[in-house]
Amino acid sequence: MVVFCADWPAVATTQPAEKPLVVVQANRVTSLSQGARKHGIARGFTVREAQAHCPAVQVVEYNQQRDARAFEFVLATVEQFVPRVEVIEPGHCAFPTLGPSGYHGGDRALAQLLLAQIQATAGQAVGLPQEGSTTLECVVGIGIADGPQAAQIAAKESILCPGVLQPIVVQTGKTAEFLSALPIERLAVATRSAHSSGLAIAEMFDVLRRLGIRTVGRFAALPLADVSARFGSLGMSAYRLATGYETTPLNLADPSANVSFEAAIDPPAERVDQVAFVAVELAEQLHAELSGRGLACSRVLVVAETDAGDCIERLWRHEGALSAADIARRVRWQLDGWLSTGRSLGRCSGGVQRLELIPDQVIADTGMQLGFWGGTNNATERAIQALDRVQALLGADAVKLPQFRGGRSLCEQYQLVAINAVDVFAQERSSGGSSSSGPTTEAGSSSGTGPWAGRIPLPSPTVVWSELVQAELFDAAGHSVGVSGRGVMSAVPVRCRMGTGEWHQIEHWAGPWCTEQRWWDAIGHRRRARVQVVCDAGAHLLTLEAGQWWVEATYD
Amino acid sequence: MGVADSTRSPAAVAELRKALEHTRPVVLAEQQRLPLLKAFQDVFPGGGLQRGSIVHVGGAAGATAVALALVAGPTQAGSWAACVGLDHMGWAAAAELGVHVPRVAVIQTPAQSWPNVTAALVDSFDVVLCGPQHTPSPQDARRLTARARERGAVLMIISGETLGIAQPPRPWPAMADVELCVVQAEWFGVAQGSGRLRQRRITLQVGGRRSLSRSQRVELWLPDISGAVAKADAVQAVIPTALTPTALLMEAG
Repeated sequence: MVVFCADWPAVATTQPAEKPLVVVQANRVTSLSQGARKHGIARGFTVREAQAHCPAVQVVEYNQQRDARAFEFVLATVEQFVPRVEVIEPGHCAFPTLGPSGYHGGDRALAQLLLAQIQATAGQAVGLPQEGSTTLECVVGIGIADGPQAAQIAAKESILCPGVLQPIVVQTGKTAEFLSALPIERLAVATRSAHSSGLAIAEMFDVLRRLGIRTVGRFAALPLADVSARFGSLGMSAYRLATGYETTPLNLADPSANVSFEAAIDPPAERVDQVAFVAVELAEQLHAELSGRGLACSRVLVVAETDAGDCIERLWRHEGALSAADIARRVRWQLDGWLSTGRSLGRCSGGVQRLELIPDQVIADTGMQLGFWGGTNNATERAIQALDRVQALLGADAVKLPQFRGGRSLCEQYQLVAINAVDVFAQERSSGGSSSSGPTTEAGSSSGTGPWAGRIPLPSPTVVWSELVQAELFDAAGHSVGVSGRGVMSAVPVRCRMGTGEWHQIEHWAGPWCTEQRWWDAIGHRRRARVQVVCDAGAHLLTLEAGQWWVEATYD
Repeated sequence: MGVADSTRSPAAVAELRKALEHTRPVVLAEQQRLPLLKAFQDVFPGGGLQRGSIVHVGGAAGATAVALALVAGPTQAGSWAACVGLDHMGWAAAAELGVHVPRVAVIQTPAQSWPNVTAALVDSFDVVLCGPQHTPSPQDARRLTARARERGAVLMIISGETLGIAQPPRPWPAMADVELCVVQAEWFGVAQGSGRLRQRRITLQVGGRRSLSRSQRVELWLPDISGAVAKADAVQAVIPTALTPTALLMEAG
């Protein structure tokens, strides 16, 4: 059974659902409230587009910690009925229903019970740690099927059904039948793992659409060999789900590989970050041990026990993608929620005395297949991680990426934008084609530029001074050279000086290029004349504005 | 005596050489080198930037352009480059010379954290460009060199004299593996008040430590008439000298 809370990041901000609100990550909308959806905003919009649809929309930055902490309430409710819950991500949880269904009188009865209970809990005024007492309103979908992926699809379907929320129960063995009428993009859940790139998945569905295969049923009717030949392992996992077989790990390692990593915390830790620190060490031991044996695990069971004997266990989906820091973060979320809800409900007391990490569903590690053509490769991810570290050292503004903006003057054409505002992976995908041909001698001229009248002619100077340096341009008689209103130099420049340096003789010069910008605007009006000057100190671009010469750029 | 003769005979030597070929450890040379633009492939041994090497680009004028042209090859092939202390870079020129600008990151750091930041960058980036704004102490320089060698990153230091308008540059305290010095740079296309800067012919003096590079002089068009980098002995005989004046001149006085 899968419990799916729709738009959980938006719900976790504890704002009322009718209020238009979007959660953004790297300037793109990833989640939105009901109120925002009514205005026509959708996922993938930029902030600007969202504000164009609804100017009063509230923009909130993505924060996984907040989502996870809020989700603990829902998990606490679910755990009243079920012993062990697996968290796929904040907003999604799954558990096997074999035992609990029998206890509560059938799958459907359990689902109805859970639905009512979660909606009641969310409707109660439950105090969240920092935001004070408030309510969580969310739309909850429950789906039951043979395997976790089919159940996820069923849970999402139950939300889309009109009318009162009803859990969808798929009978045993009828998964293929249930899925056959759905559009083919629902199979994306089967392919989502650390081993494939979003680009390859989107491409596969695009090809299938254009071939006329729009529903899962038609996809399942294709011959297996053809699907495997065309799409490879990606197509295979989607095909398996379409025909009703789950992609559970098939080659489980032998039971003697059961290892667990335990640490006793003495004296018992009252604060969550102390436990998180221990968790990082344990997680690194876990990774080292598993990779040393050539194994990988798809889930991690985190067990924490207080000195009063209360114990909490939670399964976290791993898929080989979580680093030691990620596991420590999940331990922190688990304990945060547990300690805050538990203390208020009187369920736990004291400090955490024992922490144990148990890898679950251990399989032989087949390694990660990096994308061949385009897609994010290793270098980009390493670079992003290093830039995160530098950001932590120096602050968010210290790391910038040059972005093409287009403009007339040199400092406008490329601007340095802080890395938080740039979606590096999207950039990498869109420019991936141009780089696969290897180093060439062609000049990589910036693409798609409009004709900016008054632009400096190519080649562009390699050094653009952001703080202009005063310069002096003198003619043979010792007077400063000017440019008339008709764009004519008043004299031949003979020597020049940059800043307070020494005088240089001018060997060649060219110009002037005059531009007058925004003549109608009293404030933005600029009249400039540019001259290229070659002297023994190099070639420079000098600008005359308001009677004063400045060094704008150097052709270094 | 007979034994000494047999070990020196040409047949025996040839056999030993063949055995050496078979037993030499295989190191994929392409992995050890970052690719370069075609014009630079003759300048560096093996046709690429050796990973873990320190490259120093300096000279009278044109050092920045040479450094950008060197970085163009690796960024086009997928490596990332980081720039520290190069706040005044002209990115339009970088894009024209072939640098894949979406794979470049610019870091602005105060002088006291420069060694730590550069060390963190050398760990993960393939190319790190250091500008003349900061200069490390000799100990820091040695530590960075060792780290770059260990991680296989290329550390490129730019110190041009023209950049010394604002403040005088100080060169890297240690000797680099490859030293590129722009000895002569000549612009074509401008005359007295007419034309515009079109192409530049530079003469690079290539030197360096150990046998990593032989001392030689290379002539390049950087940029040439189309904006790219090319070798100067290619057919570029047409150098536009007499251009029609585009602006009238008025005598003063």
